Amino acid sequence: MATSVLDHAPAVHVEKTGIWSWITTVDHKRIGILYGTTAFLFFLMGGVEALIMRLQLMRPDNTLVSAEAFNSLFTMHGTTMIFLGVMPLSAMFFNFFIPLHIGAQDVAFPRLNAFSYWVFLLGGLFINFSFLLNAAPNAGWFGYANLTENTYSPGLNTDFWVLGLQILGIASMAAAVNFFVTIVNLRAPGMKMLRMPMFVWMSFITQILLLLAFPVITVALVFLMMDRHFGSHFFLPEGGGDPVLWQHLFWIFGHPEVYILILPAFGIVSEVLPVFSRKPLFGYTAMVFSGAFIAFLGFGVWSHHMFATGMGPFADSFFAISTMLIAVPTGVKIFNWIGTLWGGSLQFKTPLYFAIGMVAMFIIGGLSGVMHASPPADLQQTDTYFVVAHFHYVLFGGAIFGLTAGAYYWFPKMFGRLLNEGLGKLHFWLMFIGFNVTFFPMHFLGLNGMPRRVYTYPAGLNFEFWNRIQTWGSLLLGFSFLIFIYNLLKTLRGPQNAPADPWRGATLEWLIPSPPQEFNFAEVPPVNSSTPAWDLRRANGGQLPEPRRVSGAGIHLPRPSIWPLVTAVGVLGVIGSLLFTHAIHRWYFITLTGAAILFFGVYRWAFEQPFPEHHS
Amino acid sequence: MSHAISAPHGVAGGSQHDAHPTTTGIPSRKVALWTLIGSECLFFASLISTYLVYKGKSLVGPLPHTESQCMLHGHLQTCEKIFEIPLVTTGTAVLLFSSFFIVLALYGAQRGNRKMLVGWLGMTVLAGMFFVGMQVYEFQHFYHKGMGYGTNLFSSTFFTLTGFHGSHVTVGVIWLATLLVLAIRGKITPERALNLEIAALYWHFVDVVWIVIFPTVYLMR
Amino acid sequence: MDAHAHDTHAHPTPGLYFKVAVVLFVLTALEVLAFEAGRGGLGPGLRPVIEPIVVELLVVLSAAKFVLVAMFYMHLKQDPRLLANLFVMPLLIAAVVIAALIVLFQYWRLVGAK
Repeated sequence: MATSVLDHAPAVHVEKTGIWSWITTVDHKRIGILYGTTAFLFFLMGGVEALIMRLQLMRPDNTLVSAEAFNSLFTMHGTTMIFLGVMPLSAMFFNFFIPLHIGAQDVAFPRLNAFSYWVFLLGGLFINFSFLLNAAPNAGWFGYANLTENTYSPGLNTDFWVLGLQILGIASMAAAVNFFVTIVNLRAPGMKMLRMPMFVWMSFITQILLLLAFPVITVALVFLMMDRHFGSHFFLPEGGGDPVLWQHLFWIFGHPEVYILILPAFGIVSEVLPVFSRKPLFGYTAMVFSGAFIAFLGFGVWSHHMFATGMGPFADSFFAISTMLIAVPTGVKIFNWIGTLWGGSLQFKTPLYFAIGMVAMFIIGGLSGVMHASPPADLQQTDTYFVVAHFHYVLFGGAIFGLTAGAYYWFPKMFGRLLNEGLGKLHFWLMFIGFNVTFFPMHFLGLNGMPRRVYTYPAGLNFEFWNRIQTWGSLLLGFSFLIFIYNLLKTLRGPQNAPADPWRGATLEWLIPSPPQEFNFAEVPPVNSSTPAWDLRRANGGQLPEPRRVSGAGIHLPRPSIWPLVTAVGVLGVIGSLLFTHAIHRWYFITLTGAAILFFGVYRWAFEQPFPEHHS
Repeated sequence: MSHAISAPHGVAGGSQHDAHPTTTGIPSRKVALWTLIGSECLFFASLISTYLVYKGKSLVGPLPHTESQCMLHGHLQTCEKIFEIPLVTTGTAVLLFSSFFIVLALYGAQRGNRKMLVGWLGMTVLAGMFFVGMQVYEFQHFYHKGMGYGTNLFSSTFFTLTGFHGSHVTVGVIWLATLLVLAIRGKITPERALNLEIAALYWHFVDVVWIVIFPTVYLMR
Repeated sequence: MDAHAHDTHAHPTPGLYFKVAVVLFVLTALEVLAFEAGRGGLGPGLRPVIEPIVVELLVVLSAAKFVLVAMFYMHLKQDPRLLANLFVMPLLIAAVVIAALIVLFQYWRLVGAK
């Protein structure tokens, strides 16, 4: 039928405002903004935790914070940055852009999507609530047993960590099911898998990793909880258990987790570089398959985090080889990014700076990573600052630089305003210099023998000079974020006057107004390649008319719902109740209350009519 | 310039009847459930791996298939093997047959045969309740023989693995019972049979997990 | 409407489902018999024959049950390939994880260390 949806009855989509509309929203774009704002605040918190550590380490024998406080700082810095920073920042982009990229009106399960945000928020608040009780997690972000067992971690700290991660895991799994099905099932006509934007491909692979890796850490955390509260000995030698089992289970999750952290940023860079080189991505298919290969192989390398546990030469060799092998597809990506830039008409705007910065920093991080792949070398490097340097280069230099590139690239689409270019470039240079001054010397410190996770060091070991430099670097790095925040706030106060396509983008999101209307597309454009916007531009003689805002009459959108939030509260109640097993005699009443709320939420959700009115 | 005008594609499949077109032709909720099943494979794999890794490493009894020394009333005593294979085999058979029952229920639902649907779905729920009942009885029996959760590695891994499986069965029973009420009220028409199909897939998965657990835990010495 | 989304040629009937159920029952019985034979419960003659291969027998029998339920009851035989892949890929990774952990934890016993 060739009638347009615009021909229907004159009901008009008016986007609601007000707090209640945000609490009950099932709009993926709003949920994206919720994720991004919350994640950015947690990220800043993680940054402050880092700065305090750097101030403590500025001088030998410093007394700014105690050893105990320092333990909580590095534990929460890591946990926050990974689970409350990078992952939900990526989720902001998954939420806002995956449906737009594939030409869909919405995600497959809007309420499940909202649910994942609320669980994330509640989980993040839960784990940080521990600070108020002076019981912040303090056994490292990887919680090695049996340090985390009752004998050595008697307080609530580890319980907050275990339960907080379980709650956050549910958020990730719910979101992963949603995005996986969305990408598989809601693509516009013509949007074959091998025409999807690279950001969608990398996000797709990330969702698969989430679905396969999180169950393993769930089991590990259950075992630890059982040991701490119900008398088992999963990781306790005195009962026949093996602490190394924790490490295995944790890292079977943990290694895919680092690919979960980096792949979305890879996807963003693969979007930005072509647009700002005015050239298609070099080797699209190779990029897809290398991403898939990295993910698949990522399940076979986990024990490279355990070379110091005495697994024996066979295990060591196996994991060394698999780890070195994974450098190959990563290398393919790096060369393809360079190939994209090569011979392009480079547009030196802020997104490009951060994207190129990402590639360069990731190469450095990748090189130190390959050095770790050799067990004998790793025995010198492990547990030193050399490893700290490595993962900050790949996680900050890689993921954060990539996400920042995405922020500058997609800000106009999300908020209808362009961030200030001058401030953006200033942000880049300060961040780039600050980052390298902070983290490059860590390679030296590590090779000179400075261990990780130490709250101080004595004078005379030659650690003073670089530690001091690093702290100054970190302050510069922190300051660069102030520039960014200033840019954000200043721009958000300005008029919403960004064009639909300020960058001459290749993908579908640039064909709708900035910011998009609630229903995304009034008409889905034709898709005949992986660069539909460029195709349309070419067909239109190089110009694209500014898309007009339409009424959207006749387009059915799901109605807002409170049940995702209610169900999330139920989840918090059930899992959080385990905090009280020692404190309250009949703690299971809290569990039962949480379960009742959970069931109530689920039933109301299941029997709710998701759409305002039905027509078959 | 030719320009395909089409209605926005891929609307969320949250409605009772999944009438919206999807890229694969498969309803979104069905794809979602299979995705969840895939994920759950890793969950149970971790539990099964731990059971196998710790098999034979308990420091004290009771043990599943052999006599051992148990710590009872403060001192070590000989205690016999703890598994009752006939009981569990019965439960296994019942669970297996419940998969058969639900397939028939779905067959009836898809053809608008309400009697077939309600009858066989009711049998499925009963079978599920029998299985859970068998497990509860078994756990209580073990507890009375001195095997608590933390008694030894066998008890911890056994109770965690079978306990999680049992809770999955329980969730399934509640889900199916809810659908049974809807079915009795005539709300599961052929257009809405997808709801039952998805619950049935979950139910079969729970059965399939037990197909792996039963020999691994009960029949391997 | 969803019933048309896949090939309807080989649509199973209740009769077929029943046959599958009977086979599942028989396979389960065989599993228990293998267990009994392996521990000598079916007489001393069978035990040395069955005991060395009891694990392999159980794996084969349970795998057969698994496949039957997946293909017929879960409808994977008739459904689009995508759904079978959604099941098989994680199963493969799960199998690798189980095997790897068993090997990693047996190693010490094999070399007599620890």
